[in-house]
Amino acid sequence: MSMSVPSQLDRRAAVAALLKNRKDTLVVSGLGSPTYDLHSVGDHDGNFYLWGAMGGAALIGLGLAQAQPGKRVLALTGDGEQLMGIGGLATIGVACPRNLDIVVIDNQHFGETGMQASHTGRGVDLTAIAAACGFAATATLRTLEEVQSLAAQIAEPADGPRLFVIKVVAENPPRSLPSRDAVFIKNRFRAHLGFAAA
Amino acid sequence: MHSPKPNPETRSSDDWPSELYRILKAADVQQMSYVPDAGHSQLIRMFSADRDVATNVLTTEEEGIAIAAGAWLGGQRSVLLMQSSGVGNCINMLSLSAIGRFPLLILVTMRGEWAEFNPWQVPMSRATQPSLEAIGLKVMRAETAEDLVETVESAASLAYESDQQIAVLIGQRLIGKKKW
Repeated sequence: MSMSVPSQLDRRAAVAALLKNRKDTLVVSGLGSPTYDLHSVGDHDGNFYLWGAMGGAALIGLGLAQAQPGKRVLALTGDGEQLMGIGGLATIGVACPRNLDIVVIDNQHFGETGMQASHTGRGVDLTAIAAACGFAATATLRTLEEVQSLAAQIAEPADGPRLFVIKVVAENPPRSLPSRDAVFIKNRFRAHLGFAAA
Repeated sequence: MHSPKPNPETRSSDDWPSELYRILKAADVQQMSYVPDAGHSQLIRMFSADRDVATNVLTTEEEGIAIAAGAWLGGQRSVLLMQSSGVGNCINMLSLSAIGRFPLLILVTMRGEWAEFNPWQVPMSRATQPSLEAIGLKVMRAETAEDLVETVESAASLAYESDQQIAVLIGQRLIGKKKW
């Protein structure tokens, strides 16, 4: 497999453009940089930030999407996190939720642990895997203009789950840290949807 | 040889999967995920035929831990079915349930402990309860159909009403020997 061409896109600019008009979209972020990226755009009661449970972001998104069919759900994660949960793409393809999008912020590296190259920088294509799992739409994006178009596209209804890979520069911007108290974030999220804390 | 009359009570206790389905429906479970086990086959069929429950077949059991957390975030209760070998696949993902105090109910059919023909099932069978307890789950166990029904009813309350993370181990003696 050949090495992919490095992207010039800044991850924070990409995530800011993606979420600019999020409206009532619910967002689950994968551990590491996607959690910091999501928080950097602005904390939100409809965000659930992961600090662990690697491989779980898209599947938390699935359970949430099934429970809230009237709301759009976005799993915002990284290449390493999605690779660990790669079997989940088959599970999500079979479940076929119409309100779940997975966006992989793909720097082709394990950015939290010393920037070791990941599989996606060595030819593994998550969009092809998702397409083979029956996803309704997939694409790879490399520019801010493409991300702006995607933001409009994912606001529209879909026939099934969609997965988009946004190729970004491999660098760690200053961390933007949300609460690490998962019980607090969970109860805040549920209150946002109208459920009382237990 | 004396042939006893069919006993309605015995018959109903043999049908513990129907009883578990009734209890889980009464507990308002709206999502079920599973990696199949022969011992769960009837319960899987019943949930799969239920249009009011979202049923997810998994590639590995840990996916169900994440789905259950997402379901709860969205206001729904979820149950996860697996066999004991699958418990080993779940351990790190159970950090999510433990640290977020997410309600979790797992029904685990045991292999490798009673009239087991496959020695490869034995090591994970031995590790099932200690590893679940090590990551912070409460483990309950049932060896008879009557006990199982009562245990799952109590486990469902603990999980969904008291935000606990519970695994109910269903003894292999109760499920019976795998037929070949």
